[in-house]
Amino acid sequence: MPIVEIPVGPQHPALKEPIRFIFQLDGEIVVGAEPRLGYAHRGIEKLAEHRTYVQALYLSERICGICSVAHTTCYVETAERVFNVEAPPRAKYIRVIVSELNRIHSHLLWLGILAHEVGFDTLFMYTWRDREMVLDLLEMITGNRVLYAINMIGGVRHDITPEMADKARKVMDYLEERTKYYKRVAEEDPVFNNRLAEVGILSPSDARRLCAVGPTIRGSGVKTDIRRDDPYSAYDEVPFNVITYDEGDALAKTLVRIDEILESINMIRYALDHMPGGEISVRVPMRPPPGEAVGRVEAPRGELFYYIKSDGTMRPYRFKVRTPTLANIPALCRMLEGIFVADIPVVVASIDPCIACMDRVLLIDKSRGKKWVWTKEELRRYSLKWYEEHGRR
Amino acid sequence: MSVIKEVLRNIISRPVTLKYPQERKELPERFRGRITIDYDNCIGCGLCARVCPALAITMVNPPGKKDIRSRRPLVHLYKCIFCGQCALVCPRKVISFTHEYELASYDKEGSVVAPPFVKKGNKGGRELSKG
Repeated sequence: MPIVEIPVGPQHPALKEPIRFIFQLDGEIVVGAEPRLGYAHRGIEKLAEHRTYVQALYLSERICGICSVAHTTCYVETAERVFNVEAPPRAKYIRVIVSELNRIHSHLLWLGILAHEVGFDTLFMYTWRDREMVLDLLEMITGNRVLYAINMIGGVRHDITPEMADKARKVMDYLEERTKYYKRVAEEDPVFNNRLAEVGILSPSDARRLCAVGPTIRGSGVKTDIRRDDPYSAYDEVPFNVITYDEGDALAKTLVRIDEILESINMIRYALDHMPGGEISVRVPMRPPPGEAVGRVEAPRGELFYYIKSDGTMRPYRFKVRTPTLANIPALCRMLEGIFVADIPVVVASIDPCIACMDRVLLIDKSRGKKWVWTKEELRRYSLKWYEEHGRR
Repeated sequence: MSVIKEVLRNIISRPVTLKYPQERKELPERFRGRITIDYDNCIGCGLCARVCPALAITMVNPPGKKDIRSRRPLVHLYKCIFCGQCALVCPRKVISFTHEYELASYDKEGSVVAPPFVKKGNKGGRELSKG
């Protein structure tokens, strides 16, 4: 049978950001995947060179809506190295708490999307309902649900009061119980096992070779986490385990994320109990000395990398961002090889893409000379129907 | 077995969603809604306009006056990103955020926080469209 190429994407503004794939198909099996990036290019790095350091902070927050606090944490950690200032210890703990709350919300959101992709919409509703509790908590602490604006160069803007800490502890108790339930669902439910187990396997050697990051590489049994390897904020003082699973399939990546929620809950509890007192911010001059710095942060999706170069003026001379999804794209293409067309949504979702979309699938069957276009939603329905007909492989 | 348990639990439990226009959620104290500026105590230093990341604040002069000291900030809410940096840098702390979050309006007048000397009829005019 001849190899058939199908382009997928790039547009689907509603659910995910644009990315285009060309899949080479041998019948129902994907034998190769070729990505085409750059549809969501917004020129943020260049724009930041025309903004002051304070203004660029809010720009960096808007690179990603879901892991916005990871971006600002990375920005302020890097900028503080350029400015030669250090945030007070209490500010560092508040950064850890907000970052971990953000991780919980990101992972719950992702779990809901994955459940939606496999046709398990009850779980999707459940996780998004529980995510709302985290968003309420973040709104209480920072003043906004998504774009928190809590980090500033030299500290944080808002303090966490004892009443807020009490409320956060209560929410953590509730979430711990719910997350344990989701873990049981992921391990025992036949829907999850049928659709996720042994799908999109990434071997540890491939994961290392292709430089995967975050839960994607930890699902392949490679123990790496920026929070442990290169601690920032107060992560060197807050104890936690790096979660790894050895299977490397989509189910392993799911379990890594669910266990990370449990770890984050424990980290928030520890940080709330052991938060030192004192100031939450220090004064920072408008102009930094000339110099350059890099910063790395473990965002919910993996390692986030920032580079800032200063020439002594009020504006950064160069601002560079490498987001975790970009690092995961080569590994994703490897994972897509050898899977069924019906598994494409699940495998693409398994890296938690920040730019990914399968809006318009143009299917060309060369042997019959037929052409048709699928949207992402139709591809999802096709995958659900295909599994209804074929059952468990 | 667990499915039946979940179904029974959901039959007796109340919906999580609110009937929005009738029922409203209580907003936290730190919520950042519509900006208000206490123009009586504003000294017109212009720091807020310089620091705004979205360039949503312009400094406007009262009619007939050209000097730099009588300028007052004017906020375009359709440009505002509600980051709160202006409130943070304000030396007199006259900028604050209300809990009003329904900011849609039919004209530009409704989406502008303007000093009292800006005439009502002029708010959608050329003066506001620049900056």
